[in-house]
Amino acid sequence: MSTAIADRAPASGPESIQTFTVTVIIRRFLPGIDLEPRWEDFDVEMLPTDRVLDALHKIKWEQDGSLTFRRSCAHGICGSDAMRINGRNRLACKTLIKDLDISKPIYIEAIKGLPLEKDLVVDMEPFFDSFREVQPFLIANSKPKEGKERVQSPEDRARFDDTTKCILCAACTSSCPIFWTDGQYFGPAAIVNAHRFIFDSRDESNVRLDILDDKEGVWRCRTTFNCTEACPRGIQVTQAIAEVKQAILRGKP
Amino acid sequence: MSDKTAGTLAPHRSRTKVPEGTLYRGREGMWSWVLHRITGVAIFFFLLVHILDTALIRVSPEAYNAVISTYQNPVMGVGEVGLVGAIGFHALNGIRIVLIDFWQVGTKYHRLMFYTVLALWLVLMAGFVPRHLMNVFGEYWVG
Repeated sequence: MSTAIADRAPASGPESIQTFTVTVIIRRFLPGIDLEPRWEDFDVEMLPTDRVLDALHKIKWEQDGSLTFRRSCAHGICGSDAMRINGRNRLACKTLIKDLDISKPIYIEAIKGLPLEKDLVVDMEPFFDSFREVQPFLIANSKPKEGKERVQSPEDRARFDDTTKCILCAACTSSCPIFWTDGQYFGPAAIVNAHRFIFDSRDESNVRLDILDDKEGVWRCRTTFNCTEACPRGIQVTQAIAEVKQAILRGKP
Repeated sequence: MSDKTAGTLAPHRSRTKVPEGTLYRGREGMWSWVLHRITGVAIFFFLLVHILDTALIRVSPEAYNAVISTYQNPVMGVGEVGLVGAIGFHALNGIRIVLIDFWQVGTKYHRLMFYTVLALWLVLMAGFVPRHLMNVFGEYWVG
């Protein structure tokens, strides 16, 4: 089946699969060569089932091997290929080209607010520093009952279900206007991962509420909802931040 | 748009002269924040001047009257439309932000609330602008 399609695709018979030419304009930056980023355009033949990541692969493999971008699983789980596609943060592997307006060129650039290293690759370290700072791991001093696992009811588990979905792709944090201008702000992703443990009934620490009760913590959030719209996992990020704000006001989860 | 660009490792300057990134295409939430910030800063500068000219009455009533009478012209009249518009939006959107923060389902209805803010703002302006402009420009066609 698949080989048959691959064989027939280039032929222009009535049975062949419709391909279309897409113009992709990529914001390139080669350190040591470019003084500042520049736009470069590529024309690629795409199938209706192709994703933006496939277009990037085609360019890298067939047109310009120097094009640099991160990707790993290519199935929306690893969170490597968050980038700005037509002005919005998306995962390249979850964005179908046919869902974009292909009568116009597709603009692809690196996510905003983190140091640009090369082409679509940014330095993620400041992002992961914020993530580590909120202590995203279970903190419990008491011994589990009967020395076994810590039991949790389905209702308690559901309390933080939404924020367990995070894949740390940085689409939310780099869509935040506050984060663009204030790199010290923890950012939505760190708060989401703090939320995941703050509202976990097994966790016994209030330290994350103290960490986030800071002028660079949750109070920097101006509820622009860019993070909620950017999240490729559909996490209600602004809602999670609002819940952490409320928890800090109450002094407990 | 362009020819084949195979193997372009050689140094070359931008072919399209647009080095900046594109504007982030945020939606209602982002634009309401942008408007809130702009109107907020504008209102701050108005209040600064307003406190200063009102404080003049402690210096001397004549000086106060002299300053206030310079405001009685059509340019300031049109400016007042902008001022009321800014304050109206800032106030209504401020209520929306309070509801997002403190109302349980506020984050769910933020977009609906934004359009409600715009609708209320339009009603406010529809009531104010014609009446105000009649006051400002009335003397030019009546008197």
